[in-house]
Amino acid sequence: MTSRRGGRPAVPGGATAAGDRPAAAVGPDEAAVPGTLHGLEEAVHELADEDRPPPAGPAANVVIALAVVALGAATVAGALGLDVGSPATPGAGTWPFLVGVVLVVLGLALVALARRTADAERFTGASWLVVAGLASMVVFVALIGVIGFEIPAALVVFVWLRFLGHEGWRLSVVTSLAVVAGFYLVFVAALSVPIPHLF
Amino acid sequence: MDLSPVLDGFGVVLEPTNLLYCLIGVVIGMLIGVLPGLGPAATIAILLPLTFGIEPVTAIIMLAGIFYGAQYGGTITSVLLRLPGEASSVVTVFDGHALARQGKAGTALGIAAIGSFVGGTVSIVALSIVAPVVAGFALDFGPPEYTALALLGILLVSTVSSGDRLKAVVAASIGLLLATVGRDGFTGAERFTFGSLDLADGLDFVPIAMGLFGLGEILHNLEERHRAVQAPAKVANVWPSRADLRRSSGAIGRGSVLGFLLGILPGGGATLSSLAAYALEKRRSKTPERFGRGAVEGVAAPETANNAAATSSFIPLLTLGIPANATMAVIFGALLIQGVTPGPQLVSEDPELFWGVVNSMYVGNILLLVMSIPLVGVFVRILRVRATVLAPITVLITLVGVYTVRNNVFDIVLVIAFGALGYLMKKLGFDPGPLVLAFVLGSLLEESLRRSLLLFGGDPTGFLTRPISGTLLALFLVVALLPLVRPLVRAALGRRRAPAPTDTHHPDHKELV
Repeated sequence: MTSRRGGRPAVPGGATAAGDRPAAAVGPDEAAVPGTLHGLEEAVHELADEDRPPPAGPAANVVIALAVVALGAATVAGALGLDVGSPATPGAGTWPFLVGVVLVVLGLALVALARRTADAERFTGASWLVVAGLASMVVFVALIGVIGFEIPAALVVFVWLRFLGHEGWRLSVVTSLAVVAGFYLVFVAALSVPIPHLF
Repeated sequence: MDLSPVLDGFGVVLEPTNLLYCLIGVVIGMLIGVLPGLGPAATIAILLPLTFGIEPVTAIIMLAGIFYGAQYGGTITSVLLRLPGEASSVVTVFDGHALARQGKAGTALGIAAIGSFVGGTVSIVALSIVAPVVAGFALDFGPPEYTALALLGILLVSTVSSGDRLKAVVAASIGLLLATVGRDGFTGAERFTFGSLDLADGLDFVPIAMGLFGLGEILHNLEERHRAVQAPAKVANVWPSRADLRRSSGAIGRGSVLGFLLGILPGGGATLSSLAAYALEKRRSKTPERFGRGAVEGVAAPETANNAAATSSFIPLLTLGIPANATMAVIFGALLIQGVTPGPQLVSEDPELFWGVVNSMYVGNILLLVMSIPLVGVFVRILRVRATVLAPITVLITLVGVYTVRNNVFDIVLVIAFGALGYLMKKLGFDPGPLVLAFVLGSLLEESLRRSLLLFGGDPTGFLTRPISGTLLALFLVVALLPLVRPLVRAALGRRRAPAPTDTHHPDHKELV
């Protein structure tokens, strides 16, 4: 039940090769479009997964499943700290307890099926882009209370353009300044949102 | 049927403010919907802050406008760039992009707009008739029925989500868990707040939806290799020819009915119906080999069906208070924030709101038809702006937008945290849709369960002896156990693999929210 029917192809080569050619050249019309609902789903999946990284290995799937078990166990522990009550007199902990038990059971099922799962993606070099993107947002929220939103916002846009999007220096600088100016006009000048601001 | 509240509803829609907000909603929805990778749920989530501080009716009219706009926006990228903006337009790519390469992009977009309009309109008429009936039926639902209904709704949405169904149920459970954070409504006990004052009132819906759908999606797209996106095809002559219209009229008719029916089912929604409508047309066609090579029916059918389904998926939300898919969960959350609790009493107690929203859909559809064709040029120009430039702007809109809802910096922290969670979930094969849906239904579910248990004096068999809750729970068990039973049945039948045209009960289609 966990093997993904419409999953991406086991060999990722096809997916990566597709990225190098113009998208139009690999149109699905070269192969016949399937007529059954099932076949269509697979075609749809392949289209959506074309540019994605390869799937993760079984070890990663076990770790994911164990994380679910751990979350469930922590929930059960937390629920026991509240009042679990009884069916006749449900307490604050009853519902979290039930949810925690369900999570543990589902997590154990995921452990059992970990070998047959192929829908988690591997972390690749590109995953660092996501870490960097998140870091820029954390810096934004950490600085906003101290120096207002303008400089952190410009930084976020600049980092995303120059380092995550590989745009040119000039475009990155000009766009980030223009975007912040636009935001200032809309949110501070026009809507007078009380967001912390420097000017 | 008493028609006067329906007519009053038109009065509400035709107020200039409401018309204006409907227009704004449709246009903004199309603009954001054009951005590849951001589907309707993400679009609505990112634009949620816009709707605060306006009247509930107006806010919902605008949200509904954003919703159809986003639907159509996805079609534009499917046809012109072969980049579906959302899951329900993925099938449109096959014939839509083929048409575009033959220089008939205008025809594809025009037929999609007309199909969407017809599908939407048929669906609204049917909704106006069906919704009050369903609501009347559900009026005497008690806590046990709501418990069973909410459980079934969450399970159905999880089973048709993308990827692994087990993982989707895990996501839903996490949503239920997140809903318990904060002060318990019955006893006042603080649950899972870890002593934080910010968490004492519970987690707010807006940062969760904006983080999981909006930021999560953008972060997930960062990893994608940037395709050499060619300049979109020139769009000329948007009006389809008579021959094209004649050829696709059957597809539009069947797509409307199929879309309406599938849209009502929890978890069905726009994506499934677009797939089913395409499959149906190909099967019926005398020349199935044209499909995939630029058949107009291959654009008309899915686009009609997804719009009809998008409209009819409002039925479970407005009459039962149970959202049928992730997008409806976002609209549900928005309604709750406006102080409107959708449910069976909505039609009778707040007819102005109910019929105002329903009738605004006619206006929304007309606006969509009128705006989409002349605005195609504008959208093509937006598509020329690179995704690397649009992404940071969307990020900033999210970060600043979430702040404006409650003027609270903690909400920015939350949206980033849920953005990270949304990215990880998508990365690891967990669909965030069921989480958001379960989060929205979590407190209703817990409350009904606890009330039912008190009602039954602690005897859980009470659920099974009431006819409606018993039936719903039996259905729940069937859906839950089906995946366990099916391999056994299949083994018993030998490995005979029948073609599965009616294979609608276990599609793990992609819900690109």
